[in-house]
Amino acid sequence: MHQFLIEPMAPIQLGGYDISFTNSSLFMVLVLAAIWVFMLGGMKRELVPGRWQMAVEGVTGFINNLMSSSVGPEGKKFVPLVFSLFIFILFANFMGMMPFGIVPGGHAFTVTSHLTVTAVLAVLSFTTVLVVGFWRHGFHFFSLFVPHGTPIWLMWLIPVIELFSFLIRPFSLALRLFVAMTAGHVLMKVLAGFVISGLNAGSAVITPIVVIPSLALMVGISVLELLVCAIQAYVFALLTSLYLNDAVNLH
Amino acid sequence: MPQFDQILTTYSSQIFWMLLVFAILYIVVGKGMVSKIDANVEARDRKIADDLAAAERARAEADGLGESGSADLAAARAEAQAKASDAKAKAAKDAEARVAKADAEIAAKVAASEATLAKATADAMASIEGVAAEAAAEIVAKVSGAKVTAAQAASAVKTVLAHG
Repeated sequence: MHQFLIEPMAPIQLGGYDISFTNSSLFMVLVLAAIWVFMLGGMKRELVPGRWQMAVEGVTGFINNLMSSSVGPEGKKFVPLVFSLFIFILFANFMGMMPFGIVPGGHAFTVTSHLTVTAVLAVLSFTTVLVVGFWRHGFHFFSLFVPHGTPIWLMWLIPVIELFSFLIRPFSLALRLFVAMTAGHVLMKVLAGFVISGLNAGSAVITPIVVIPSLALMVGISVLELLVCAIQAYVFALLTSLYLNDAVNLH
Repeated sequence: MPQFDQILTTYSSQIFWMLLVFAILYIVVGKGMVSKIDANVEARDRKIADDLAAAERARAEADGLGESGSADLAAARAEAQAKASDAKAKAAKDAEARVAKADAEIAAKVAASEATLAKATADAMASIEGVAAEAAAEIVAKVSGAKVTAAQAASAVKTVLAHG
């Protein structure tokens, strides 16, 4: 569990709150820097794009399409938010998979494996939905909890269920990402532990039996983890866009 | 799990830095870079669409030119054919007229020749009568010693010739 440990690097106090610069903060800044460098490659803005510009335009175009297909023409306004969420989660997930361990004393830290971080992102997403919904529709926004065609005799039940499913959204957003990243990293840690223990056993029989399948599985799980990194970022962006669609268009 | 063990001691730092980093990300990347990149992509798409439209227009224009060109060509061909048939008809008429003229000339020449021939035949007949009458008068004189006048001889010859 050492990989999830937060270690203060520069203690800072502000108004009685501890806002120390930690290894978690360091990786947030690293992720931000990596995103900035990546996006800078798309800022050449040539008529005929190069490979890097093509890659950046692929990501922005992906979020653009997502928003216009989920929300419609009004989705354009929310592209900056959804894009920021998507690219931050994507880069944070990948940053946690980078082999910083080969540098002595260094170890990778996955920002998105912390509930506090994913909760901030989920609350940002959920707050935007609330603000947009009440801004556009006022109290009419509550009609979201009464789907079309609800029978009168179910009016006591359906809105309650809808309200709960609405209120659970930020928790499900935060927990899904946190659990997926944590579980993946724990699984990899366990398999890597098998490899180390098997090597330490030093037995001619047990060592190959334990180490070879564990290492093979480790390689496969690593690839799977990279897929999960991308999928979780996509799921977060997709769900945010769907929730925004509820807020913009009701239903 | 450190995520839960440390949550009470680290939440303020985590939330603060996450909000700060996300604010920078949102303003610099989300608001700044993404819109510029999107504008560039849109400008490119528009340019491609414009170029395609221009090419389509040029193609339609070329098609129009080709059609009017082939129409011109057909008209010119029809005109040329009309002129050629006119010329042929005229030539045929000329040739007919010339043939008719030549025919008439030839007929006239033939008639003249026939007249000359008839005259010559008549002359020859007349001279034959004269010669025959002289010869008859001489023969009569030699055979019978009778003197026959030229007029008598001539009438006799004429009678004989007439009776064949």
